[in-house]
Amino acid sequence: MNLLQKLFPNIDDWSELGRACIDTLLMLGGSLLLTVLIGLPLGVLLYLTSKGQLRPMPKLYAITSLLVNILRSVPFIILMIVLMPVTYFLVGTKLGIRGAIPPLVIGAAPFFARLVETALREVQQGVIEASQAMGASLWQIVRHVLLPEARGGIFAGITVTAIALVGYTAMGGAIGSGGLGDLAYRYGYLSYKSDYMLVTVALLIVLVQLLQMIGDRIVARYSRR
Amino acid sequence: MIRFVDVHKSYRVDGRDIPALQPFSLDIADGEVFGIIGLSGAGKSTLIRLINLLERPSGGDIFINDIEMTVLAEPALRAQRRKIGMIFQHFNLLASQTVADNVAFPLRLAGERDAAALRARVDELLARVGLSAHADKYPSQLSGGQKQRVGIARALANRPSILLCDEATSALDPQTTASVLELLAEINRELKLTIVLITHEMDVVRRVCDRVAVLDAGVIVERGAVADVFLHPQHATTRRFVNEALPEEAASELTPFAQVPGRILRMSFRGDTTLTPALGRVARETGIDFNILAGRIDRIKDLPYGQLTLAMQGEHVEAALAALRGAGIEIEELHR
Repeated sequence: MNLLQKLFPNIDDWSELGRACIDTLLMLGGSLLLTVLIGLPLGVLLYLTSKGQLRPMPKLYAITSLLVNILRSVPFIILMIVLMPVTYFLVGTKLGIRGAIPPLVIGAAPFFARLVETALREVQQGVIEASQAMGASLWQIVRHVLLPEARGGIFAGITVTAIALVGYTAMGGAIGSGGLGDLAYRYGYLSYKSDYMLVTVALLIVLVQLLQMIGDRIVARYSRR
Repeated sequence: MIRFVDVHKSYRVDGRDIPALQPFSLDIADGEVFGIIGLSGAGKSTLIRLINLLERPSGGDIFINDIEMTVLAEPALRAQRRKIGMIFQHFNLLASQTVADNVAFPLRLAGERDAAALRARVDELLARVGLSAHADKYPSQLSGGQKQRVGIARALANRPSILLCDEATSALDPQTTASVLELLAEINRELKLTIVLITHEMDVVRRVCDRVAVLDAGVIVERGAVADVFLHPQHATTRRFVNEALPEEAASELTPFAQVPGRILRMSFRGDTTLTPALGRVARETGIDFNILAGRIDRIKDLPYGQLTLAMQGEHVEAALAALRGAGIEIEELHR
């Protein structure tokens, strides 16, 4: 304890750091889950309705694509502020983990949808043709051909999205969502306690490393080329 | 029976209709192996896809076993497609699934849920194509020939009455091609399956097809029994394909026969006449002399045939020719 005190003189409550860690993980887990649940169908929709694919619908594609691009071009910190009324409407608060999740999902889902669309484009056209020749319906093709064949790319997309979400949650700390970003900002930046900054950054690096390792494992497991 | 009636197909590109297939009618009988040969871009790929409506015709009717395909609604069309197997040049297997799951895939699509029934049918199919030992491998672990065998097993899973082969051997080496063609011939014999195949190799047609249509720039320029088309090609495109399959013959036609004494004849033997010593007997009886310039003896599917280019001299050439024709040998005069 003495050593810790010497190295990090300003950190008097380590349990606060622990709580912040858990908050960050909860925000990450919750928003990642919802991002995948929303982004995956959105990515499939983008893919199916794009030109030359199974259900080309130029207008629907153009609208969806524009919406996705708009959400992707707003910097996350701005998006979070702009969305505050929506957040309040959805979860009844603008603060804390619950308040952080709607903007995180709305920021990350369009990004993930694009990654899904790209992964689906990698599926060989011939395989889709073969399943059509076997009498597969559109839903069967999506469920049994496109998603399984693209799952390596989709898992890679989930990894990239998860890591982007770690960055977003840290940003969220600046406007009251809690977590490691909040600590780094409040103690580290506003109160000049640089040891807080150091520890939170180190924890975030470890988290990102872990996510990348797990993601790579899963991608390797499911890529059969 | 597959029946095309006045079918044509064009693609709309930048607001203009580009014709891919000129209007044609064609009947393919039950149980036959029908080849469609053409260069790339001739329209053969479009033609074979009209059968299971992966391509929709721009006009005309397509009947399969008396069912008019073009008017079917989506679910009925899917049900019909299950009865038409298809294999592809690049195999088009699911990379994420094992061999067994790839073969089970069309069964699952058709609604089969019983694991034991699936397993039994998959085992049976893999045994037929000689891949029983590879059931749990992934496609990336197989050779090209093995992948095509998986493709064949998958195509046969729903007991189709028709098998479409889209350049099925074009990505394979000659030996593998031979074994895959043998398997197709065996399937045709044993399951009485109608096979329609498209290819750019006359040799594929010669080995397995009963009848052939030659496609040139969207037009069927020649069609008939393979032996007729192969031994007596009429259209320039057909001759080019046949000559590719007969390199020696092609070379010999370029030889200046004018320098060879005697009359230059090409004789075609088919079936039993290939196996009788007619030429030797007639030469002995009429006292003519002959000199073989080029020749080949082979099989067209199960029919043995021979084709010889030879120079003939002597007093009684006409009598000899008459005797040879009498013995069932077809003779064309190339140069006098």
